[in-house]
Amino acid sequence: MQYKSQAVAKPYFIAAIGLFIGQIVFGLVMGLQYVIGDFLFPMLPFNVARMVHTNLLIVWLLFGFMGAAYYMVPEESETELYSPKLALALFWIFLVAGAATVLGYLFVPYATLAEMTGNDLLATMGREFLEQPLPTKLGIVVVALAFLFNISMTMLKGRKTAISMVLLLGLWGLAIFFLFSFYNPHNLVKDKYYWWWVVHLWVEGVWELILGALLAFVLIKVTGVDREVIEKWLYVIITLTLVTGIIGTGHHYYWIGAPEYWQWWGSIFSALEPIPFFAMTVFAFNMVNRRRREHPNKAAVLWALGTGVMAFLGAGVWGFLHTLAPVNYYTHGSQITAAHGHMAFYGAYVMVVLTLISYAMPILRGRAANSNKAQVVEMWSFWLMTIAMVFITLFLTAAGILQVWLQRVSDTPMGFMATQDQVALFYWMREWAGVAFFIGLILYVISFFIKGESKAIA
Amino acid sequence: MSGVFTKSMARNIFYGGTVFFFLLFLALTFDTNKELPKRDNSQNLTPQVIAGKKIWETRNCIGCHTLLGEGAYFAPELGNVYPRRGPDFIKAWIQAQPTGTPGRRQMPQFHLSDEELDHLVAFLKYTSEINTANWPPNLEG
Repeated sequence: MQYKSQAVAKPYFIAAIGLFIGQIVFGLVMGLQYVIGDFLFPMLPFNVARMVHTNLLIVWLLFGFMGAAYYMVPEESETELYSPKLALALFWIFLVAGAATVLGYLFVPYATLAEMTGNDLLATMGREFLEQPLPTKLGIVVVALAFLFNISMTMLKGRKTAISMVLLLGLWGLAIFFLFSFYNPHNLVKDKYYWWWVVHLWVEGVWELILGALLAFVLIKVTGVDREVIEKWLYVIITLTLVTGIIGTGHHYYWIGAPEYWQWWGSIFSALEPIPFFAMTVFAFNMVNRRRREHPNKAAVLWALGTGVMAFLGAGVWGFLHTLAPVNYYTHGSQITAAHGHMAFYGAYVMVVLTLISYAMPILRGRAANSNKAQVVEMWSFWLMTIAMVFITLFLTAAGILQVWLQRVSDTPMGFMATQDQVALFYWMREWAGVAFFIGLILYVISFFIKGESKAIA
Repeated sequence: MSGVFTKSMARNIFYGGTVFFFLLFLALTFDTNKELPKRDNSQNLTPQVIAGKKIWETRNCIGCHTLLGEGAYFAPELGNVYPRRGPDFIKAWIQAQPTGTPGRRQMPQFHLSDEELDHLVAFLKYTSEINTANWPPNLEG
């Protein structure tokens, strides 16, 4: 690596992968609970497993983003990190706080946890994805601010590139919109309305800036294409993202009590949300086709191209499938939503973090790229996880279509649980696809331990 | 994308576009807040309803159920459970959990007092009276 302080990224990446494994284990448990309802009950009720599954996802992606920033910003700014010590301290604080929170979910009844952690002072818990106790939420804010301070100071003393500016903007946005998690009005409609300012404005807003910056960084490195070209693309993509995505928030406001004009605003703007993702796919392939060098890290190139394709499919196509208000009227809150959620998170955020880890980790370990043997295993894990995720999504989509038909479209609508019994076959197939995903993940981890001849840093 | 269209033009369009659409979003939010009292049933936000919402949150109901279509998809929609089942059934159901039927999805026992059950039901009643543009399509949720 070019700067010594980039090394702080390494523990972040290791923690990210470790928590990723935990996320998938809990995902498999939940998948099984969908068909064997009493599996692990009452030791691990579904709602607890789900909190752990989704919270681990968020936390490991945050670890990935922070590690990425610590790796990228010194190189982009052409200067050492402002404070590597602070970065390392924050790592441990975040890891311990995250672990304590998960242990709290697992071993303390949620109502007791709420009581113990001051939820009566400021009630913020018990809302999807924002289940964290108050001290954890405050901790996230503190860690985020200290992290942003460190990154911003590094940038201020060095070169300011478009990539690092976009990354920083995305990260600041992430921290700022998280503040809405502290706003929980009694009025349920307002609660839901502003809840989306965290959830939607994260994943369909500022996180896409981070995604774009990470992808652009890796593409510059592995293709050698001129920075001017890549950064121009980056600006175009994130313009399309925010122009469509901000008002696109309206696709969550159709049925929660907000005015009905949101059906128009939300449908029109969110129908355009696939465009930036399509641009990202074209961007990734275009840059790789125009490459001026053959980077020895073939696996990283594969992940970068995969991100382009899968983000478009998962976020773009599967999002569009159910975003128009007349369609969403039937699909809202069904397995269609779950299908979209899985492939969008994997295709966009999981894959971009793995792209950056794939590129940076060998360098952090003192080589330009891993041995051929290790790369082959990594690429097998890429295909296994990606294809498994495609099947998870297809099976959930099938389950969702059937569910919507039986429960909502039919002249003689079935009840929720009766419908669930009818679609159980698809849940079984989803679970097996999940097992395949897990095998892919294990292969991924194994690829880090495969030795063999590797090329030294040029 | 070469020649005339430069990086600084792309950057300016990004900042301009983002600011414009964010301001538009704020304007729509402002209008939404003005319109909400006509639809959000906030006139019925009694202390019981508010207490019920807290019970809803601190038992992590959203971890299995959806409420107005948002949440987990493991258990039935509860935004319209009040008209679907009625207050007595809801209370009896919660008290009877878990059913213990082998292989069936299980709901935990939360040991709620009669008062807490009444609060939760009040919250679910309030929720069911929010104007949701006729969603869900039928009573099954």
